[in-house]
Amino acid sequence: MSLIADRPHSRWAVFRSFELVAGLVLVGGIGLAVILSPWLFPDNGMGVNLLARLRAPFSDWSHILGTDPLGRDVLGRVVAGGRISLLVGVASVAGGAAIGVFMGLVSGFYRGVWDMIVMRFADVQLALPFILLAITFIAILGGGLFNIIMLMIVSQWVQYARLVRGQVLALREREFVLSARSFGVSNFNLIWHHLLPNLLGPVIVLITLNVATNILLESSLTFLGLGVDPSTPSWGGMLADGRTYLQTAWWVSVFPGLAILLTVLGLNLLGDWLRDRLDPTGRTRQ
Amino acid sequence: MAGFLIKRFLQAIFVVLCVTLLVAYAIRLTGDPALMLSQGAGSVTEDDLARIRTGLGLDRPFYVQYLEFLGGLFTLDFGRSFLGGTPVNQLIGRALPATLALALASLVVSIVISIPLGIASATRQGRWPGQVIRVLSLVGLSFPNFWLAIMLVLVFSISLQWLPPSGMEGWQSFLMPALTMGIILTATNVRLVRTAMLETLKQQYVTVARAKGLSERVVLYKHALRNCAIPLITYLGIQFGGLLGGIVVVERVFNWPGLGTLAFQAVADRDYPVLQGVIVVLSMLIVLVNLIVDIAYGLVDPRIRTE
Repeated sequence: MSLIADRPHSRWAVFRSFELVAGLVLVGGIGLAVILSPWLFPDNGMGVNLLARLRAPFSDWSHILGTDPLGRDVLGRVVAGGRISLLVGVASVAGGAAIGVFMGLVSGFYRGVWDMIVMRFADVQLALPFILLAITFIAILGGGLFNIIMLMIVSQWVQYARLVRGQVLALREREFVLSARSFGVSNFNLIWHHLLPNLLGPVIVLITLNVATNILLESSLTFLGLGVDPSTPSWGGMLADGRTYLQTAWWVSVFPGLAILLTVLGLNLLGDWLRDRLDPTGRTRQ
Repeated sequence: MAGFLIKRFLQAIFVVLCVTLLVAYAIRLTGDPALMLSQGAGSVTEDDLARIRTGLGLDRPFYVQYLEFLGGLFTLDFGRSFLGGTPVNQLIGRALPATLALALASLVVSIVISIPLGIASATRQGRWPGQVIRVLSLVGLSFPNFWLAIMLVLVFSISLQWLPPSGMEGWQSFLMPALTMGIILTATNVRLVRTAMLETLKQQYVTVARAKGLSERVVLYKHALRNCAIPLITYLGIQFGGLLGGIVVVERVFNWPGLGTLAFQAVADRDYPVLQGVIVVLSMLIVLVNLIVDIAYGLVDPRIRTE
């Protein structure tokens, strides 16, 4: 289905830069806090203090966002939990994009049986929502960081392969590719120097949006008890713990969720801004 | 048209075959069901285990078992639960209506919110309502569904005490789960209505309708909206998978007696036949809905068939 991308209007130009600035501030701020977390919170949000259980937020400067049922600093745990989320988001997307771009280039460029196999495989993976695939495999293989990242790679490379393949099919008939070919440029050079640079724009957009998606997925799985080990601070894990204390201590459930929302929102703002720059025909729209 | 139908149908069958094969194989990786069944049964001899395996048909080659499982699909026979031996199709039959009811309620919520908002954002494009709706839709896209559910419980059940925090009793219990998934669907649907509307408003029949002196409301809701319906319905088909995936998670927060809750119980109990049944039924539903939408779309728009 073709959905025409929103073209920037003159009045919208202001909003475009607002998207960029807000996205950069959110993602940059959270990224910086996570990178600096070993110095900001040397105990990794693990320091138990039973004398300071369930302190309300904004009442005590040493625990600005309050403490959890074990007296651990909520802010420290939120920042430490960010490490898991960002790690899963970045690692899974890097793996998925690398495999998908390669498969898409090969199947779009050489076509044939290989192309057919990749695309039928893609149909299957697109038919099964990730969360169902994840429940099945994690129930069997167990959770943990590595398994989650692998599952995301296995289920997402297809998106990049489809995107890249479609572009290669369009690009390979263009004059600059045909002329390069007529000069006797090797297939490898054709793909590497002529095709790849011309199709990276939409791939970058998809990468940004998928980091956001995967942070959401990881937190859902961990919340459901199918993800990261509960002893490691993580946003989904904190939310699962906090549910029990919803009646008495709202802050334990509110702040980790807010961290997810703001991180994902920042990435979505950046992705939306990038889409207008790098993907004028809107191929990365769902 | 016949060619398109056959091709699309074969594709759907292929997808179902692959999903079932994948799930059946994955379940086999978990180890010996005979050992699992006999856990806690005291002293179990190798003879007992062999008898259980023969009883369950596990001593036969994988492909025979898989074919039998496939054969069972036609009669909706998914075997029996490891716990208590209830037929899996009974368990699914009890949980499926709850999940489908929630899916339907979420769709209704999302359509009711996103059509007026999408139209408002398309007709006031450069002005502030358009921009505000656009930012809100990005915020909606960024919400973790389970956290949104928890926040609704915090506000409506704990603070205001208006709504029951969990379970499925009475229409009130539908409000929060349907609102959770509805809001998340709305985030994408508003943008979709907006783009479809912008396209439609450029058409000549809209100009003609306006020239006839019809009120703007009639032009928008009667003439333009009807012509936006096709892309909207197609997209609902594409969304269906994501919607079911989301519901599976949200059911967990609200203790909703649907397929998601059944699946997680099965995971906790290592009750693999139940898990297998739920996953297969959910993926078959998704494939079926997409097939219907594609065929309907192909019927309405001949250009699709030739692609």
